[in-house]
Amino acid sequence: MGPRVGESQPVGEPWPEVRPPVVELEGVSKTYGDVVALAGAGIVVRRGEMLAIVGPSGSGKSTMLNIMGTLDRPSAGTVRVDGHTVDALSDRQLSALRARTIGFVFQAFHLAAGVPALDAVADGLLYSGLPRGERRGLAERALRGVGLGQRLHNEPHQLSGGERQRVAIARAVLGDPPLLLADEPTGALDSHSGEVVMELLRTLHRAGTTVVVITHDRDIAASLPREVRIKDGRIAYDSAAGEAAAAAVTERVGA
Amino acid sequence: MRVFLSALGIAIGIAAMIGVVGISTSSQEELDRKLAALGTNLLTAAPGQSFSGGAARLPDGAVEMVGAIDGVESVSAIGKTDAKVYRNDHVPKEVTGGIGVYAARTDLPGTVGVDVADGRWLTAATHRYPAVVLGAKAAAQLGVYEAGPDAQVWLGGRWFTVVGLLGPNELAPELDSAALVGWPAAEQELDFDGFATTVYARAEGAAVSDVQQVIGATANPENPNEVNVSRPSDALAAKQATDDALSGLLLGLGAVALLVGGVGVANTMVISVLERRAEIGLRRSLGATRGQIRTQFLCESQLLSALGGLGGVALGIAVTAGYAGYQGWPTVVPLWAMAGGVGATLLIGGLAGFYPAVRAARLPPTEALAAA
Repeated sequence: MGPRVGESQPVGEPWPEVRPPVVELEGVSKTYGDVVALAGAGIVVRRGEMLAIVGPSGSGKSTMLNIMGTLDRPSAGTVRVDGHTVDALSDRQLSALRARTIGFVFQAFHLAAGVPALDAVADGLLYSGLPRGERRGLAERALRGVGLGQRLHNEPHQLSGGERQRVAIARAVLGDPPLLLADEPTGALDSHSGEVVMELLRTLHRAGTTVVVITHDRDIAASLPREVRIKDGRIAYDSAAGEAAAAAVTERVGA
Repeated sequence: MRVFLSALGIAIGIAAMIGVVGISTSSQEELDRKLAALGTNLLTAAPGQSFSGGAARLPDGAVEMVGAIDGVESVSAIGKTDAKVYRNDHVPKEVTGGIGVYAARTDLPGTVGVDVADGRWLTAATHRYPAVVLGAKAAAQLGVYEAGPDAQVWLGGRWFTVVGLLGPNELAPELDSAALVGWPAAEQELDFDGFATTVYARAEGAAVSDVQQVIGATANPENPNEVNVSRPSDALAAKQATDDALSGLLLGLGAVALLVGGVGVANTMVISVLERRAEIGLRRSLGATRGQIRTQFLCESQLLSALGGLGGVALGIAVTAGYAGYQGWPTVVPLWAMAGGVGATLLIGGLAGFYPAVRAARLPPTEALAAA
C-alpha cells in the first residue's frame, strides 16, 4: 500500500505487449435530454497507460471521464472497469469499486475549507474501513511523496493552487488505486504550477498507476504517451490506434 | 450561526416543556411534603344550618363523643364568641379587621398541628386568665409582632395579654385570622356559650374515611345532617388539580415551539444539502455509498436537534430551579421528562433530517461535483 511516488523504477521501460484493460468503453452514448454528450464512443485503457483525452469544451470529454469513473451511467453502451461490467453493479458495489479502484483529481481541487492537508488526504480512505490513525499515517507518507512534507497541518487557504492540487492528488492515490482520473488538473493553475502537477502525474505513471488526464490544453496532451482527441461526443483521433496492442479491441473511431 | 439558531428553536421548545413539567412537579412535591408534614388525617366537624334554616349548634359533649370514636387519635375544638378584638381601646367599634375571637381548648396545637411562632400556647394556667394567642394574619393586622407582657390588645371590652403568636397554617386557615382565648376565660369574660363551633379530629391513617363517615352522626346524634364534615387536605389537593389543567395548556404551547424548532432544523438541513453538494460529490467519488451519505445527513440532523434538546433540558432545569427557588419549593425535574425531552429531539431530528438526507443520497455525483 501507499503511494508509489518516488519508488525506483526505470524510466520509460517498455511494458509487456498485452496488458489487461482497466477501462473499456464500448459504443457508449450519453444524452442529457436533447443534448448529446457522447455518441457511441469506444476506448480501451490498459493497465499502466498514461493518456490524455483532449477536446474543446462541450466535446463530451468530462462526460467520458465521469462514465469511466462510474460517477455517471451511460444512456447506451457497455462500460467495464477493472473487469466489472458497471451496469450489473449495485450502488454499494459501485461505491466499493470507486473506493478501491479509482482515484479522482478535480480541476477545483474539492478541498474542504478549514481542514488541514493531513486530514484532507486521510479522507481519501474514509470509506475503506481503515481506522483513523492508520489513515493519517498513510496520509503523511503520501504528502511527503508529493513533496508537501512541510505542509501537513496547513489549511487550503494557506496553500498555493499547485500545492492544493498536490494535496488532492495525494488524497486520490492514498489507497493506491490502479486508475487515476484527472479532470483538468492544471485548469485552475498557472503554467509553472501546472507543470509541477503534470510532472507529479508522470511520476505516478512511472510507478505503475494508470493515469487518464482530461485537458483542453493540446501541448499537455501532446506531451503524454497517448493522446485521444474527442469531438462532438466521438473519438476523432487516437494516437494508439493502429498499434498492435490496441488493435485487439474494436475501436469505433468516428462511428 | 444558522445552526445555532435552529438548535435554539428546539431548545426553547424542550425548555418550555421541561419547565412546565418541572414546575408542576416541584409544586406537587412541595404539596406532598406539606401534606406529609401537616398530615392528611385531619378532619373537621362544624355545625351547618338547621332544617329550619337557622344556625345549628353542636350539642354539649360533642367533642368528647368524637374523641371516643374508634380510630380518632386526638380531638380538639374551638368555639366562636361574639367578642371583637382591637389594637387598643381608641379604635372604633366597626373596625374589627375581620378577626374572630374564639375560645380554644389547650390541646388545639397538638391536634391541628399548628406551630407557635413566638411566645407560648395557652396553658392550664393561662387559659383561665385574660390571655390571648393570635393567628399569623390577625397578629399582623393588629400590629403585634412579639408576644409578651407588654403586648396587649383590647378584647371584649378589656385588655388581654398576647402570650403567643401562631405561625401560618394551611390546613386550618381560619386560625390565621383568629384571636384565641382559653375556654374558661371566654366563658367568664366574653359571655361565651360554651358550644364548640369547629371540632378538629386527628384520625389514624387507615381509619380516616371510616371516621369521616361517622363523625357527623357522633358529633350531633340527633341531627347528623346539620354537621359539615370536611377534610382540609382535600382542598389543597383540589387546588393542585386546577394547576394541572393549566400545565396541560402550557405543555401544548411547548409542543408547538418544539414543532417550529423541528421545522427550523429541517430547513437548515435542506439548505445544508444544497450548499454542500460539492462535498457530497467528493464523498461519492471517494467511495461513499448512498446509504452512507444518507446516514451522514441524518446523523447531522439528529446531532443538531440533540444539541438543542440538551440545551433545552439544561435551560428547563434552570427555569424550574429559578422558579422553585423563588417560591421556596424543592426543585424536582422528573427523569422521564428529561429522557423524554432528549428522546423527542432525536425523533424530531430524524424526521426533520429524513427528507434532506434522502435528497443528498439521491443527488447524482456528477451533478454534485459540477456545483462547485
